[in-house]
Amino acid sequence: MLEIGLAHYLVVAAVLFTLGIFGIFLNRKNVIVIMMSIELMLLAVNINFVAFSTHMGDLVGQVFAVFILTVAAAEAAIGLAILVIYFRNRGSIAVEDINMMKG
Amino acid sequence: MIIQALVFYLFAAVAIASAVMVISSKNPVHSVLFLILCFFNAAGLFVLMGAEFLAMILVVVYVGAVAVLFLFVVMMLDINIERARQGFKQYLLIGGSIGLVLFLELVLILSSSFTAPDVVATAAVPIPDMDSVHNTRALGQVLYTKYAYLFQACGLILLVAMVGAIVLTLRQRDGVRKQVISDQINRSREESVEIKKVSSGSGI
Repeated sequence: MLEIGLAHYLVVAAVLFTLGIFGIFLNRKNVIVIMMSIELMLLAVNINFVAFSTHMGDLVGQVFAVFILTVAAAEAAIGLAILVIYFRNRGSIAVEDINMMKG
Repeated sequence: MIIQALVFYLFAAVAIASAVMVISSKNPVHSVLFLILCFFNAAGLFVLMGAEFLAMILVVVYVGAVAVLFLFVVMMLDINIERARQGFKQYLLIGGSIGLVLFLELVLILSSSFTAPDVVATAAVPIPDMDSVHNTRALGQVLYTKYAYLFQACGLILLVAMVGAIVLTLRQRDGVRKQVISDQINRSREESVEIKKVSSGSGI
């Protein structure tokens, strides 16, 4: 219990990932909170990468965590830009209103 | 050892509690602020694991850029909070059951043995001794040599994201008076200045 090992970090990451999934289902009317949930899930993945990297003694995991961070930042920027123009057109950010491309 | 365990439990507990608040708080602004708190605590966990550089990058990138971007967008959009909360309870059951199943699966994986004993010996880039080479230097020595092309690709992704975000949000609004420099330069003397003979004492 007091000896902090790999499994402790993996459990924290698993809880954060589950909370991210949970947040996507819970906030169906608010895309911003859904995007924050995605950020939480990416953070959980990063924690997994770094935990395995440091406990297995391999630096590549941290390199890939840097790459994930980059992709997460790009995703947030593009997603929020899409959200802004969507709100400008429709005046709402609920998920079920996003159906303009249905034809 | 006890201090390390206590600090770990503190960071983990605050991170998880703030993640719960991110997905459950009424006001999206509070969600963003709790997201910042969660990332700070995750950075603490990274420091605890010995990945200082990633911890600092997490704080710089997430708290300094992404969270501020979220905050800007949340405050820019005029969201009806009451409407945004509709159907919260309705989705609680299905979301909760799916989340529970996923979490149980993850715990089942973690409770079994999941590491081969000889995997440490086959590391692609072994972490050097902390006392001789610190984390940032070791990471840089790998990132700029072995993974240089991937690093460049990362820069390209960020460039594309920047261009994409600008192209998406830029708009031409009509009814706005703007300075058109080419029109100003292209004016000729004939269409802008007129010389009139004025006789003294009578005006034009």
